[in-house]
Amino acid sequence: MYLDVDIQKTFSSANRHFELNVRFQSDSQRIVIFGPSGSGKSLTLKAIAGLIKIDQGHIRLDSRVLTDRNKKISLTPQQRNLAYLFQDYALFPHLTVRQNISFGLTKGWLNPAPKKPFAAVNYWLEAFELETLADQLPDQLSGGQRQRTALARALVAKPQALLLDEPFTALDADLRHVMRKELDQLQQQLQVPIIMITHDPEDVAIFGQHVLTIKNGRIISDDVG
Amino acid sequence: MMLSLDPVWPAFFLSMKVAGWATFFTLILGVSVGYFLARVNFRGRDLVDSFLTLPMVLPPTVLGYYLLVLLGREGAIGFWLQGYGISLIFTWQGAVIAATIVSFPLVFKPARAAFESVDGQLEQAARVLGLSEISLFFRVTLPLAWRGIMAGLLLAFARAMGEFGATLMIAGSIPGKTQTLSIAIYEAVQAGQDDLATLFVLITSFICIVVLLSASYLAPGRIAYRG
Repeated sequence: MYLDVDIQKTFSSANRHFELNVRFQSDSQRIVIFGPSGSGKSLTLKAIAGLIKIDQGHIRLDSRVLTDRNKKISLTPQQRNLAYLFQDYALFPHLTVRQNISFGLTKGWLNPAPKKPFAAVNYWLEAFELETLADQLPDQLSGGQRQRTALARALVAKPQALLLDEPFTALDADLRHVMRKELDQLQQQLQVPIIMITHDPEDVAIFGQHVLTIKNGRIISDDVG
Repeated sequence: MMLSLDPVWPAFFLSMKVAGWATFFTLILGVSVGYFLARVNFRGRDLVDSFLTLPMVLPPTVLGYYLLVLLGREGAIGFWLQGYGISLIFTWQGAVIAATIVSFPLVFKPARAAFESVDGQLEQAARVLGLSEISLFFRVTLPLAWRGIMAGLLLAFARAMGEFGATLMIAGSIPGKTQTLSIAIYEAVQAGQDDLATLFVLITSFICIVVLLSASYLAPGRIAYRG
């Protein structure tokens, strides 16, 4: 993967002024953006996903321009073919595990039927040992099962890259260790490029092939391991 | 003396018809306006919200008067409609308009609150997964807001069925045509037919109790009214 990010965005409200000014290039398969909360790492990830619009600059992924203010290009999140793992997973609470995973495979006005079989969904249910839980709702799942469901939902559409927002903070310490290992193996097996934001040095140790440290909206160090 | 049910049915069916249509229109209007006010932030949003809530606090006779002024022969809309040969005064359609306006805040208020309580992150997740805005509205936002909206709809149905003041002013009290249950009660009492009035009252009370029970079952303490 080749990722070229050069973005500026200013946030202003009555009691806060924040300038995001992030610039980096990477051809790594595992990019970690590391920084404390409020440093702008979450905004950077959202900008890559297209969930916030940038004021100036561009984002390119391989040969595709995701956004370029000068050329007035801005792909919608729908057009970017990226997957996003939210910090608390953002599973749809009214849909079963199976429906959650197959959610993006149908684009119409109706949710996929609870029993509708998709080969790709079955594959992920099996790979993540979720088959017996396929008909459960997200609030009946444990933390690890929720994360697996969210990962399956993210990966089932074969995204060009997987964006991860603090993926392990919602888990307790033991489970964090297990899930970290699982994601590590999964990434090596699928060779899907990941861009992870985190404040946890352990994530950096395992996933940080290319580590960018961010502070006050700027990249302050850029290490390719 | 055996009391005949014959005079009950026309008023009963008319009330159901008027309340049914009014509920249908408040569903469309209340959900769209509630969604709009929940998602679009603009100057004067609170003013619009207050204005749209007015039918809940204004005396129905005041609403009826406004409607007469608008829809009557001399009224802005009434005059225009007359060009097409349509008159809404003294018709059941006029009663539907009155009932819709009176019950509208009961849907739009909880709908707005329900839409505001839907986690925006779920909508973002749906966007990243490739869903269009309209698809994600029907597949994520609306299903998650539905309980609050449904509870409002049941209250709106009960309110529409009980509508009296505005309906009497705009549609009058024509038996079999615009005389709904609540108006028939008034007429029966005026005519000294106490038995008939009692029957109407019991039927109306029964329907309202069923509707309220369903509403509380759907949303136990879940409707938060926000100003």
